[in-house]
Amino acid sequence: MAAFELPAISPQLVLGLTALAVLAYDSVYPESDNRNVLAGLTTIGALATIGVTVFFLAEGVGLERPLEAIGGQIVVDGMSLFFTFVIASVVAMVSVASYDYLRGHEYQAEYYGLVLMAALGMTLMASANSLATAFVALELASLPSYALVSFLKRDQGSVEAGLKYFLIGALSSAIFAYGISLVYGATGSLMLADVAAAVADASAFAGLLGVGVLMVLGGFAFKTASVPFHFWAPEAYEGAPAPISALISSASKAAGFVLAFRVFVEAFPIADLAGMGVDWVIAVQILAVVTMTLGNFAAATQDRVKRMLAYSSIGHAGYALIGLAALTGGNDSIVLGASMMHLLVYGFMNTGAFLFVALVEYWGIGRTFEDYNGLATQAPVASVAMTIFMFSLAGLPIGGGFISKYFLFLGAVGAGFWWLAAVGAVNSALSLYYYSRVVKALWIEEPAGDLTVDGYPTGLYVALLVAAIGTVVLLPLFQPVAETAVQAANVLFA
Amino acid sequence: MLIEAILAITLVGAAAVLLTPDRLAPKLALAISGLPLLGSLWMWAGFDGRGNALLGGRLAYETQVPWLTLGAYDLSWHVGVDGISLPLVVLTTILTTLAILSAWTPVDERQSQFYGLMLFIEAALLGVFVALDFFVWFVFWEAVLIPMYFMIAIWGGPRRRYAAIKFFVYTNVASLVMFIGFIALVFGLGGEVTSFDLPEIADALRTGSPDAFWWIDGPTLKAAAFAAMFFGFGVKVPIVPLHTWLPDAHVEAPTPGSVILAGVLLKMGTYALLRFNFTMLADVAQAWAQPIALIAVASVIYGAMLALAQQDLKRIVAYSSISSMGYVILGLVAYSTYGLGGATFQMISHGLLSGLMFMAVGVIYNAAHTRMVGDLSGLADRMPLTAGLFVAGAFGYMGLPLMSGFAGELFVFLGSFDAFPGSVVYTTAAMFGIVIVAGYLLFAMQRSLFGEYRVDTDYDVGRAAFHDVFPLLVAILLIVALGVAPDLFFGMIRDAVNPIVAMVGGGA
Repeated sequence: MAAFELPAISPQLVLGLTALAVLAYDSVYPESDNRNVLAGLTTIGALATIGVTVFFLAEGVGLERPLEAIGGQIVVDGMSLFFTFVIASVVAMVSVASYDYLRGHEYQAEYYGLVLMAALGMTLMASANSLATAFVALELASLPSYALVSFLKRDQGSVEAGLKYFLIGALSSAIFAYGISLVYGATGSLMLADVAAAVADASAFAGLLGVGVLMVLGGFAFKTASVPFHFWAPEAYEGAPAPISALISSASKAAGFVLAFRVFVEAFPIADLAGMGVDWVIAVQILAVVTMTLGNFAAATQDRVKRMLAYSSIGHAGYALIGLAALTGGNDSIVLGASMMHLLVYGFMNTGAFLFVALVEYWGIGRTFEDYNGLATQAPVASVAMTIFMFSLAGLPIGGGFISKYFLFLGAVGAGFWWLAAVGAVNSALSLYYYSRVVKALWIEEPAGDLTVDGYPTGLYVALLVAAIGTVVLLPLFQPVAETAVQAANVLFA
Repeated sequence: MLIEAILAITLVGAAAVLLTPDRLAPKLALAISGLPLLGSLWMWAGFDGRGNALLGGRLAYETQVPWLTLGAYDLSWHVGVDGISLPLVVLTTILTTLAILSAWTPVDERQSQFYGLMLFIEAALLGVFVALDFFVWFVFWEAVLIPMYFMIAIWGGPRRRYAAIKFFVYTNVASLVMFIGFIALVFGLGGEVTSFDLPEIADALRTGSPDAFWWIDGPTLKAAAFAAMFFGFGVKVPIVPLHTWLPDAHVEAPTPGSVILAGVLLKMGTYALLRFNFTMLADVAQAWAQPIALIAVASVIYGAMLALAQQDLKRIVAYSSISSMGYVILGLVAYSTYGLGGATFQMISHGLLSGLMFMAVGVIYNAAHTRMVGDLSGLADRMPLTAGLFVAGAFGYMGLPLMSGFAGELFVFLGSFDAFPGSVVYTTAAMFGIVIVAGYLLFAMQRSLFGEYRVDTDYDVGRAAFHDVFPLLVAILLIVALGVAPDLFFGMIRDAVNPIVAMVGGGA
């Protein structure tokens, strides 16, 4: 017994306290645009969260048996720590990049405060152990996101994106809440473990429960930008400030997934539900196939880079859904773990890609593929980083994306769902087409007119390089990630 | 650790060259490429491997450390060389250094990027030849494509974008088919293998055979995997009719890119065929010896005929590669010491010869700014040394005794003559390929190099710079050295292919 023990929810506490510190600074110095303090505080908070999380994981917290807090409403286990690490890493990169992106912008403190609050919501989603906490955490993550998407108040696209995001978000929240109430009606509890216990003998309410489960699934589809609640994603990602697009498409998506993993595995055990005709695995399989195919085909037809990335993000949600779709095949820990690994790698490579877009927006160069022509002549280092992100997203073996996709597809095949892996592999091969368009524009096409870039902003470059190094290093040093993910998945199934 | 050191130096050197100013990049890249070259010669001098890497032989410079242990299959960083891979490693380092030198004149923009990519390609190629774990191997295999795509697309000729994308799509689709074929085969082996270690898989395939995988039964799975991998590697080699990417890529690529493409990249295909199809699935290969030999002969003859029809010197050399790689396939399918060994020797020999020819064509183009045979005449007057080296290389190509081409082709023919029923027909037919080679090379040389000097160009055609001719000289010396003393490599090659021959019960 150690003399002093950190509370189980330390990562969340660190994020929350940092948010309060930012707001406190704002109330002492309102209208301050001291970027050093604000971005610095946010980054330190995110790094401290990473530190605590890694320390917990290294000490084996929650990897053998989950810890509970606040009367069991919150759980801290390998999975929640794993995703807290992903979310905090993305927040750290985003806040470093925002240092330059928000140059000369008003409402800086609000921005960082909202980012931290959203991050807190996301990490709580990773730890939610009851449907009530899940809903509250999801709203805590969503509400700041709506505001952040429309942060560029004088930009029509940004405001419109925020409104669309908010309307679809409100609708799906309503559906989610209604689903929760149906589940409560059928099982009499909101705690995941109690729901699971009640599901086992709730055959009388199978219909009610089934509708509830489907509606809850809809709520997750919204948060992860999966079909059929994906419509907001292209607009929101495109209209939002690019660092916020990175935050939403990487961290927020990961948070949606971890909540879905936990709720479906813990509260709705497929073994019991399939018996009463509520086979959600089949529903997720359909969602996975449709999501990855739709995302990839739509991405291939875009002519603006950010929008292409938005659709590619939908495609990757489809890959990550394999983690739930390939359950029941006797390979559960591996597929779920593979999905977690993919979301971690994705956190680096996708954030990096959006931050490159942020860099281009910072320079005021246009948004289409043609506008990117010849950028490598001006910014070779950033272009190398972007090339790494693109090829790694496509699954070529120069980054961790290759190995995480390999485990996803291998896991699906091992579980007997070879067709799921086949659809994924075909989509992945197709994706090389549109990712390589960016690379081609950067390196091979001639710039139109005289292309000049306006300085090399330190913050954005640091964030880009961190993302690039993270993506590459994850290829040779994947073992700890893979081990932790599978161990964490094991705890969930135990 | 020597292999890791060589790979690390090459990779770090590539990054360093990328970051140096254009002015210094050529010299720095040359200096850095000397380090892996020395390293590979050191490896050659101290080589103590025995037997075949996949058939229980003792590997030289071997390391194996776990990489990923998850799921049913372990992945490990497993590298090492045997008598087949070491000559290819040496070929890669020599040709890269020569190619870098040959780039000094033609490449005049974005130099640090160009030379950085050259070193990246070298590292990836070395990785392909030393890797003994399927995943490590595949990572390097795919990693070769990316820098080569850029090299063609940025520094290539007028149709570079089309050629680059064609090269990338063709070889990437081929990789995917091969990958699926191999993975299905490993899955079919079920519990007999617990890793993607190539020696282990080869062993499992030798002692057991794959079970049914889904609805495919074992023997069908083996045959299907063989076909998928033969297709995948066949694109790389390339064999007729999968060769159509080659003339575009080789012609549009800048000279040093063509040297690497023809000299080493094609050998990735034949090397992989030898390792995967012809060693792991030897029984399928033997059962299909007739159609494979037919493909080999078709490549030899058809490739040579295509070369005969070209007007562009670079295209002639490019198509002649298809023909030469046909001999390699013929040697492989013969399953005799001279057949397999000759095929491997021919890989080295053709690497040097095609590198020499592409560099010679490059030197001529640098001076005359045209490569069309019809526009050139009497170049030997103005560029006697270059022309002489071109002629020497061409004779090497035609198989002049005491040059490496002769040794390679002789071994292949000796090995394949009575290797299997009907092989005498294929061998005889393939020998006629040499006649066609002699035809188009002599004709092209006579028209472009000899006769009265008459070149329709505004450029002043004169003697090439020393650093342009020097790589040609080195290449021709190596070609003669290998022709006079094939045992520089053939000894270790023979030692490494003999276990394969013994396994299938073939002859000498």
